[in-house]
Amino acid sequence: MNWLLDLTPDEWNAVRLSIKVATVAMIASLPPGILIALVLARGQFWGKTLLNGLVHLPLILPPVVTGYLLLLTFGRRGPAGAFLAEHFGIVFSFRWTGAALACGIMGFPLMVRAIRLSVEAVDRRMEAAAGTLGANPVWVFTTITLPLILPGLIAGAILSFAKAMGEFGATITFVSNIPNETQTLPSAIYTFTQVPGGDEGALRLTLISIVISMAALVASEVLARRIGRRMDIE
Amino acid sequence: MTVLVDISHRLGDFAVDASFESAGRLTALFGPSGSGKTTLINLIAGLIRPDRGRIAVDGRGLVDTDAGLFVPKHRRRIGMVFQDARLFPHMSVAGNLRYGRWFTPAAERYADFDAVVELLGIGHLLDRRPAKLSGGEKQRVAIGRALLASPKLLLMDEPLASLDEARKAEILPYIERLRDETKIPIVYVSHSVAEVARLASDVVVLAQGHVVASGATGAIMQRLDLLPAEERGEGGAVLDTKVLHHDEAFGMSVLGSLAGDIRVPRLAVPVGAPVRIRIRARDVMIATEAPVGLSALNILPGMIVAVRPGMGPTVEIAIDCNGAIVLARITEQSKHTLRLRLGGKVFAVIKTVSFDSATTGAGLPVEADG
Repeated sequence: MNWLLDLTPDEWNAVRLSIKVATVAMIASLPPGILIALVLARGQFWGKTLLNGLVHLPLILPPVVTGYLLLLTFGRRGPAGAFLAEHFGIVFSFRWTGAALACGIMGFPLMVRAIRLSVEAVDRRMEAAAGTLGANPVWVFTTITLPLILPGLIAGAILSFAKAMGEFGATITFVSNIPNETQTLPSAIYTFTQVPGGDEGALRLTLISIVISMAALVASEVLARRIGRRMDIE
Repeated sequence: MTVLVDISHRLGDFAVDASFESAGRLTALFGPSGSGKTTLINLIAGLIRPDRGRIAVDGRGLVDTDAGLFVPKHRRRIGMVFQDARLFPHMSVAGNLRYGRWFTPAAERYADFDAVVELLGIGHLLDRRPAKLSGGEKQRVAIGRALLASPKLLLMDEPLASLDEARKAEILPYIERLRDETKIPIVYVSHSVAEVARLASDVVVLAQGHVVASGATGAIMQRLDLLPAEERGEGGAVLDTKVLHHDEAFGMSVLGSLAGDIRVPRLAVPVGAPVRIRIRARDVMIATEAPVGLSALNILPGMIVAVRPGMGPTVEIAIDCNGAIVLARITEQSKHTLRLRLGGKVFAVIKTVSFDSATTGAGLPVEADG
């Protein structure tokens, strides 16, 4: 068993970095994810199909294409990248923040789908009832809608997290594979498979990868079940 | 307190074009399904924005399309009890009850939590989740939730329609207490003659999106032609009476009314209590002479004041019994044989057993207990 836990510093860094990148990607995706899910579930506007397609694009495009598009847009010379770097000092290219951006975008369709389904399941008559009791739209959203879509939020967040843990193509294309900066678990595993004698390290990181993903899944199940019991919707 | 509505609104190929004003304690919007009752109440609550018109409660304008006024629902301070209760599933009963209180300015909170809980008999439910309640309990909690927002007007949209008879009987007394013990005016949507006759002080009758009649309950209930076809058999005179005494030996209660004493099956209310009864027109027989050797116990002398054609081969005869109007529905043939005409002196005959819980309201008949 010792060989399993006896990680080299670089391997530890990959694990830590992966968790950091996935967590940041998940948290940063939540507000826009909720917003887009609400708009798609309830909005009636021209271009809704287009928006829906745009959100789903990362799911159907080859990840390398998404990564390359990110590089073009958010790279140092890209329009968005140059603007953000100049005005806000935010740099994505070849930084862990870029990895988080790539992972967040790749997981975004999954998150939006899960939240949108739960928004569509919300009984809007509950919201009307809250309105007659004096709650303005913001309060209706925070006290009625948000608690009712919580199971969907959790499912969406976990999906996004899991996708980020496994994201490889877009990340490596956009921010490369720099140890300690952009080398997440999949990139590290990939690196191990490219060198002679790297099998043991690849296996170690693979097992760790499985454990983290399973833990996230189990945690979401437990949470969802607890919320479901609390709400007791037949 | 007055409610003023003057609205026209189109929903697909259904149009509501209604105008009424009511100052009643409990105003019933009455009509068959599809008559626009629920649309009207949703307009008052602010759940729908009307195409054109005006709504005001107690002089405060809520909607005036000419002036561009539309007060959103959360600023109307109008409580609403929905047919399907709509309790929030993620909150306990207590959480549901306290929800509206949050949003009511402190100076305008008049509803007292303990008093409302006591009024509706829901104290034992406070810690439960809505999913664990029966239909009747859910509806009582929904009423309490609306009340605790301290509304200026309470709307009830067929609150009993989805309940069985036993649950209805469980809730009706609470609505009566609400009407009699609080000062909040109520607008109540219903298609049931039994509920309207029992609860309403005023009735607005709707058909196909239009107001076809409005007025005091007693006067409206006599217009059998206004009632939906399937409810016409339930129509008849509504009399306000008082319990004079109970006849324990025979298991009856004697009610005093303008028309004279009326004997009904034993009611579970004390002597002196007011009881509103409905005498179905189809339950009333007419005799031209004081009957003898008849099993019916209620024989009320009076005079024919109206003869109207009824459905099919029937006529409706209104009999003025000392100031109270009793309505009888008889066949055309009986009218002919008895030579009934306006001004004729007759006796209205009503069997005691024709009264039941649906027509004697609050005092539900109980087994005579000795």
